[in-house]
Amino acid sequence: MTDPVSPAPPPGAHLPDHPGFLWEDPEPRPAYDVVVVGGGGHGLATAYYLAKVHGITNVAVLEKGWLAGGNMARNTTIIRSNYLWDESSGIYEHSLKLWEGLEEDLGYPILFDQRGVLNLAHSLQDVRDSVRRVNANRLNGVDAEWLDPRGVKEVCPIVNTAPDVRYPVLGATYQPRAGIAKHDYVAWGYARAAHAMGVDLIQNCEVTGIETVGDRVTAVRTTRGRIAAGRVALCAAGHSSVLAEMVGLRLPLTSHPLQALVSELLEPVHPTVVMSNAVHVYVSQAHKGELVMGAGIDSYNGYGQRGSFHIIERQMSAALELFPIFARAHLLRTWAGIVDVSPDASPIVGLTPVEGLYLNCGWGTGGFKATPGVGDCFAHTIAHDKPHRFNEPFTLERFTTGALVDEHGAAAVAH
Amino acid sequence: MQLIPCPWCGPREEAEFHYGGQAHVAYPEDPGALTDQEWARFVFFRDNPCGPFAERWSHSAGCRRWFNAVRDTRTYELLSVYRVGEPRPDASERDEVVS
Repeated sequence: MTDPVSPAPPPGAHLPDHPGFLWEDPEPRPAYDVVVVGGGGHGLATAYYLAKVHGITNVAVLEKGWLAGGNMARNTTIIRSNYLWDESSGIYEHSLKLWEGLEEDLGYPILFDQRGVLNLAHSLQDVRDSVRRVNANRLNGVDAEWLDPRGVKEVCPIVNTAPDVRYPVLGATYQPRAGIAKHDYVAWGYARAAHAMGVDLIQNCEVTGIETVGDRVTAVRTTRGRIAAGRVALCAAGHSSVLAEMVGLRLPLTSHPLQALVSELLEPVHPTVVMSNAVHVYVSQAHKGELVMGAGIDSYNGYGQRGSFHIIERQMSAALELFPIFARAHLLRTWAGIVDVSPDASPIVGLTPVEGLYLNCGWGTGGFKATPGVGDCFAHTIAHDKPHRFNEPFTLERFTTGALVDEHGAAAVAH
Repeated sequence: MQLIPCPWCGPREEAEFHYGGQAHVAYPEDPGALTDQEWARFVFFRDNPCGPFAERWSHSAGCRRWFNAVRDTRTYELLSVYRVGEPRPDASERDEVVS
């Protein structure tokens, strides 16, 4: 029986309290030792390793929107290290090793799942290139195997390996240690851990200018006021050219929209990650059940975070040829991020002609997998004013010296 | 899909076109005299503005001719198109190209 005397509880009174926030939202202080521009995965990871490995905690991460709301929220979360050249092997494999211990390191679940990645070969040239890459990977201690169509079918039974399709599957490279992670959790894990060590995470704070005295960077001007900085580290992906231009620095980058999409939630049907450069699609199934698919970049330069519909249409026809089982799946939503594409499909990470200004850009379509690795190496570069051995080859000068790290084969559409 | 107004054929679907990157990048007049820095600039470095951008397009599934366009890279709106050899139009003299 209800008690007629006591008043009714307010609506929602039975609900638990709001859980604790993972990080605070502080006002920017007037000066920091290091200002990291860009609060995505790379910026947050850089701040985390600056604090954890190098003891530099007077650090601000400036984000013009909300934390990890750019490409970190828009990528297809593929993690692998099966790149061709020794230079790439170094940094991507370093990253993969950090991924393998990251959940424990951050004390936060990131749903890192080493379900393997298949890179399909559709032509004789694809086969030759793929076998060469497998051999190169193994020489560098990266796990890689060459699978024939039957082996592909064993790893991923829903791939169409029939010989009578437009681009038949002639085999695939397989990296069993590759996989996916939950991108938002990765960002939150880094943000929470960096915040706990004293890093200020400042959102809605767009950098509008970079001040220098002589050849040295001294401060950034932002929409939330001027912030003096001993060192400034750029982690702005698609907007890197815009920031670099503030100090008159030209970069060999073009910014393009890169689109991806998800289906509605489905039963688990896709056990691994499948990528195909030739037919321009890469597919995995998220933990929740959506099929996550990425396309190639839109051809034109663009900062609009949206792309053209015919790209999605082509990507879907490619996906259907590879996975006839998807024919009745419904597309739930599509989106785009802005990626900074470099001439050799390799990143630019290191020093600049401006003292105290550090550059991390050019990851193009494949920066997510590098998050822990580049965070660690870039933090080292900033702390010591000297590149880490893993990012030493990825200088801005290589476009003048000609020492390019050409990863178009391993990166291509599906980086 | 957006319509791109080919200066020879009129508005056609974007899928008929091929992108050519930044316009008005001339081949060096005296290639032998270039330093490594100048070669790097010519080969690898292009403008990448967030805003109006003069760029080349080819109507590859139509008249197969190249032309130039000024397009806003934030909105993707084509501000003007002009034929190869014509100077870049002033941003203020905007054509009514998207009809």
